[in-house]
Amino acid sequence: MFNLGGYGPIILSGTLTTIELSILSLIVSFLIGLLGASAKLSRSRIAVGIATVYTTIIRAVPDLVLMLLLFYSLQIWLNDLTDALGLDQFNLDPFTSGVITLGFIYGAYFTETFRGAFMSVPRGQMEAARSFGMRRFYAFRRILFPQMMRYALPGLANNWQVILKATALVSIIGLSDIIKATQDAGKATFNTFFFSVLAAVVYLVLTTASNGVLMLLQKRYSVGVRRAAS
Amino acid sequence: MIDIIQQYWRPLLYTDGYTMTGVAMTLWLLVISCLIGFCLAVPLAVARNARNPFIRLPVWTYVFVFTGTPLYVQLLIIYTGIYSLSIVQHTSFLNAFFRQGIDCTLLAFALNTGAYTTQIFAGAMRDMAFGEIEAARAIGMSGFTLYRRIIIPSSLRRALPLYSNEVILMLHSTTLAFTATVPDILKVANDANSATYEPFWSFGIAGVLYACISFTLIFTFRRAEHRFLAFLRR
Repeated sequence: MFNLGGYGPIILSGTLTTIELSILSLIVSFLIGLLGASAKLSRSRIAVGIATVYTTIIRAVPDLVLMLLLFYSLQIWLNDLTDALGLDQFNLDPFTSGVITLGFIYGAYFTETFRGAFMSVPRGQMEAARSFGMRRFYAFRRILFPQMMRYALPGLANNWQVILKATALVSIIGLSDIIKATQDAGKATFNTFFFSVLAAVVYLVLTTASNGVLMLLQKRYSVGVRRAAS
Repeated sequence: MIDIIQQYWRPLLYTDGYTMTGVAMTLWLLVISCLIGFCLAVPLAVARNARNPFIRLPVWTYVFVFTGTPLYVQLLIIYTGIYSLSIVQHTSFLNAFFRQGIDCTLLAFALNTGAYTTQIFAGAMRDMAFGEIEAARAIGMSGFTLYRRIIIPSSLRRALPLYSNEVILMLHSTTLAFTATVPDILKVANDANSATYEPFWSFGIAGVLYACISFTLIFTFRRAEHRFLAFLRR
């Protein structure tokens, strides 16, 4: 049963690729989300407009369509750019384009999560921080961000689960992740069923484990919240 | 861009001359899988809240497995995995079923959306105001009547906003059908890309079509919420 037909190491490295890809995409989309949320809540009409167009379009178009669109177009645009600048051709590998596209797509979902969370923090908190003489960034880091995270965590947990599952799509644009590894192994050993189920089990373990971590984080960020005993 | 539209507008919208393709195919996948998923989800959601663990746990496991793994993996298991089993290849009706990409796709989509919908409906049933149930009991309703007249209609209404979200996500998931050779919008766009080497316009047009469908669905669900959740309006 545990004889993976010599494909153990490939499947293990595929699993690691999947984990790396999801964590990097999470970081990129987290940063884009923070940027997008601040743009949406800013006073500038142009920033609000750009952020609204971004979140609306991204959330209306399927992620796979966007992924194929960006994966194929990014390379063409990059070639045009390097041609125009007279540089050598620079090839994007599937991993980098995977991170860029997943980060860009899920940044829109994070923007909405963070926007809601920022709005849930009482206004007085920021005003009090400012009146103490904290600089804008300092007040954001010490006052707004920690409190915002408490409201954002449930949405963040959800987005993380979605990103983790969306990494499965990146094998379609040729990344050797867990799906590619298990499919190759299955085709070579004529045991596609076993290896496909194995991929599902790996994903199930990953989602369950990350659920545990997120519950711990939830506890940490809820320190200081009093709950009525139920 | 213009030549892609001129050449591919017919397959993108409804047919390539032989079979149903494009928007028609995507909508067909969406409607059938959501219908089957809905019919699965209502009884399963009731079972999910049952007191008996032998009823509750199998449903919990089904939801756990299907929401914990990517739909693409589920599709791969059903489309390439199950067909490779010799028992399936040697049983004639199973062979006939699993050989068709569209059957496997519909099965995977229905099971997947069924699991998410079960989760949504079960949550809505759990969160029902206890007074409603108490009142129904006081009138003397039996268990079945209570579910049929009170719990199911009320919780389905309240689940509407979340359910609309799930339908939109399902629309986005139907794009995976092209990996099982089902000619949906993305498959046609992919063909257009291979023929013209214009990925931005090929996939961009597909994106616009998907966005139109998304916005139509959102608008329809808004109207439905306005009507069915009128009692929550302030």
